[in-house]
Amino acid sequence: MVNKIKKLMGDELLIKNGHVIDPANKINKKCDVLIANEKFVEVGHIKKQVANVIDATGKLVVPGLIDIHVHFREPGNEEEETIASGSAAAVAGGFTSVVCMPNTTPPIEDETDVEYVHRKARKARKTHVYTMGAITKSREGVELAEMGFMAQAGAVGFTDDGNGVQDVSVMLRALKYAQMFNVVIAQHCQDDKLAGKGVMNAGYYSTILGLPGLDPLAEEAMLWRDIQLVKKIKTGTVRYHAQHISTAGSVELIRAAKKQDLPVTCEATPHHLLLTEKYCAEYDTNYKVNPPLRTQKDIEALKEAIADGLIDALVTDHAPHLQSEKELEFLAAPFGLIGLECALPLYIKALIEPGILDWPGLIRLMAEKPAKIIGVDKGTMTKGRQADVTIIDPNAEYKIDVNTFRSKSKNCPYHGWTVKGKVEKTIVGGEIRFSV
Amino acid sequence: MKVLLNAKQIDSALNKLTNRIVADIPEGVEIAVIGIRSRGEIVAQRLAGRLSKKIGSEIPCGTLDITLYRDDLNSPKSGSQPQVRTTEIRFDIDDKLIILVDDVLHTGRSTRAAMDALIDLGRPKAIRLAVLVDRAGREFPIQADYAGYKAVAKPGQLVQVLLKESDDKEQVIVK
Amino acid sequence: MAEKGKTREFKWQRKHLLGLRDLTAEEITYLLDTAQGFEEISARAVKKAPPLRGKLVVNLFFEDSTRTRNSFALAANRLSADVVEFTKKDSSVSKGETLLDTARNLEAMGIDIVVIRHNAGGAPTLLSKYINACVVNAGDGFCEHPTQGLLDVFTIRKRKGSLKGLKIAIVGDISHSRVARSDMWAMTKLGAEVTFVGPPTLMPPKVEQLPVKVSYSLDDVIEKVDVINMLRIQFERLGGNPFPSVREYSHYFGLTVERMKRAKPDILVMHPGPINRGLEIESEVADGKNSVILQQVTNGVTVRMATLFLVNQAAAEKPAEIQNG
Repeated sequence: MVNKIKKLMGDELLIKNGHVIDPANKINKKCDVLIANEKFVEVGHIKKQVANVIDATGKLVVPGLIDIHVHFREPGNEEEETIASGSAAAVAGGFTSVVCMPNTTPPIEDETDVEYVHRKARKARKTHVYTMGAITKSREGVELAEMGFMAQAGAVGFTDDGNGVQDVSVMLRALKYAQMFNVVIAQHCQDDKLAGKGVMNAGYYSTILGLPGLDPLAEEAMLWRDIQLVKKIKTGTVRYHAQHISTAGSVELIRAAKKQDLPVTCEATPHHLLLTEKYCAEYDTNYKVNPPLRTQKDIEALKEAIADGLIDALVTDHAPHLQSEKELEFLAAPFGLIGLECALPLYIKALIEPGILDWPGLIRLMAEKPAKIIGVDKGTMTKGRQADVTIIDPNAEYKIDVNTFRSKSKNCPYHGWTVKGKVEKTIVGGEIRFSV
Repeated sequence: MKVLLNAKQIDSALNKLTNRIVADIPEGVEIAVIGIRSRGEIVAQRLAGRLSKKIGSEIPCGTLDITLYRDDLNSPKSGSQPQVRTTEIRFDIDDKLIILVDDVLHTGRSTRAAMDALIDLGRPKAIRLAVLVDRAGREFPIQADYAGYKAVAKPGQLVQVLLKESDDKEQVIVK
Repeated sequence: MAEKGKTREFKWQRKHLLGLRDLTAEEITYLLDTAQGFEEISARAVKKAPPLRGKLVVNLFFEDSTRTRNSFALAANRLSADVVEFTKKDSSVSKGETLLDTARNLEAMGIDIVVIRHNAGGAPTLLSKYINACVVNAGDGFCEHPTQGLLDVFTIRKRKGSLKGLKIAIVGDISHSRVARSDMWAMTKLGAEVTFVGPPTLMPPKVEQLPVKVSYSLDDVIEKVDVINMLRIQFERLGGNPFPSVREYSHYFGLTVERMKRAKPDILVMHPGPINRGLEIESEVADGKNSVILQQVTNGVTVRMATLFLVNQAAAEKPAEIQNG
């Protein structure tokens, strides 16, 4: 429980005898990692004697995991989560970098908002915290927010997440304008007119449960539209990222876009790989999430997409909510579930155990590729890079217990699941920020 | 298990009941027979038939389901659950002399429930209680006006009336 | 129907009636049989029996519904329960006290049975997980309205003897109808063949996976059915513009005198009420010889008495326990 924070400052740290996986540098073997001055110095068989040694025998040593989709609720809903509590949850889950979504209250829509997030994150001293800015002012989908100033302040992308940008002309403008700053435009694909007041997947279960449904088409229609926009621009540095895709139809659209070499990336979440709409049958609001839990067919399509290399990032969409908000009617409860502290074992369960990905494949999607999407020099153990490392015990078997979570919220549907794979240590900038 | 009455003895007990009831009917009073579900119903039908024959006019007969009037509905219980069935009394009970019929009189609780149920149906001139078997074990101050047979049974013993309409045999037993 | 003199080995074990989807045919039949025993109470001089004496029933209504609310109140009164009316409009989405807080407050007052009507599907299920009292669903969103389904099958069974093999059409806004859903579960479990009839824009998602047939033409089914249940067009629930006009809807889906000429002579015409005369059903049909609409209302009280009685019996069986949370 106690996080031993040890500042090394110039000291050297040697991680010995672990199985090192660094897909970018094609390393996948038992060896050592040497860190000095907060940076990677060497990966290999290191004979050197140093004062600080971590024995990683039997453990996996991987580049620090990166989650490009979290909600830390600050400013505005600090009762649910703060940047400090979210950061603590992140390192406990093995994440050395996270990207906050801008749908706070007020939203992150100018450079002081971006700086606010960074300042709070520095104070928390846990994980690296990046943020995306809003595409439009007040996330209303009408006027562009000051993307330039926000990018200058360090925003790593833009999204109105929680909302999709409904107006096609606004979206076209956003994609064009963002090229000046070489940042990604990320979209929560949902056509609001089609989605209506839906609270779960539109299908057999929404029908028998008497709940308004979210038609898969609401996601696919907007994704299709956005891809046409990207295709139209295609020049320069336009980059488009589809957030948390959830349907077989979306997978097909991404497949077609990638075939045409369009600058389109996308992400998936654990819940869209492990849970179906059927889980809503008892009206447990911990399963109320947007995009909604879909069907087994969609899960299969997403897994196939991952196997085919169509999915670029595995994220959590960590979305904390108070118990009192979730103890509401399914219709009235907010969307979202938390995932930072159990994402790794869940991805192991969803992807490694059934043989869809091997370990290097998983690390690529949880570190290397997400870093590329947000354009930061992370996700690998390349010499000279900031030393973010996650040490994993791949064989530890245990039950997920929300009561041990550092997150301020407990809205996690996986409570009680038996999983395999545990984060042992999380090293951020050469400093051990989490240790079991 | 011991047989208290056989078919023949049941028949004579019913005859005894019939004769005593008829002898007791005051001048100018209409009578009706109402049996308590489930075996009281059968005894009542048989009695009504015999009474009709004896008096020479059709005596109305009805069935009372007392489930809703039981005093143990809200006490925690295990085992069987009382099942509500229909009360079928297709005549007006007001101002009639009601012969309330049950197979066995034991604690008196069923009779209490039946009287409450009857009073919700109207205002009879009088209610008289006729039972095929009267046994000890009263918990309420209730006595039978007419009893076909007085059985000796210890607490914990079960006196059971078996009739061919419901049980395919005709005897009264004690267990 | 219950055979005279024979006791069936069956025990009602549900202290909540949340919906008919989970009920077995046996449970539904048992409830209907029990309801028969309650019919006589409403017909006699003293319209009251004592089985719920000293019990407190709360009518917790978050939607307007004079009819169902009165029916439950009457049912509770006839069983000698005390009834507290608690009406609160549109509370679910508004801020302020949550449903659970409201229920916990009521429970602190010592309630035994909550009868709940709510605009959110699953609200009764939510309540049942957090409070000790019995929960009876009086309609939740467009999920279920179990006592309506029960009174409908009770009415049909009374007139037709059994539901086995009957062809039943349910006509109207299926997608927003809790009555259609509860009817579907009850009727199909009891052996009837149900057809949903309405425009495609008023059919729910994946309707083909439900145990019903679907038709977009009332004219196609009117001749074949033994029972027709005309749903009320609920303008407040219709989102958008699912049909161009009331006139056009009535033309295709209204139960008119003309259409009735092609129906079986002994067809039962049902409607959950209140009727939009001239819209989904013409007055002459609603008041005609085939109509059992008023019997449905009478039977509603009967079935609700049986429901309140049975959930209370199940609660008496089991000592108080909170299932979850």
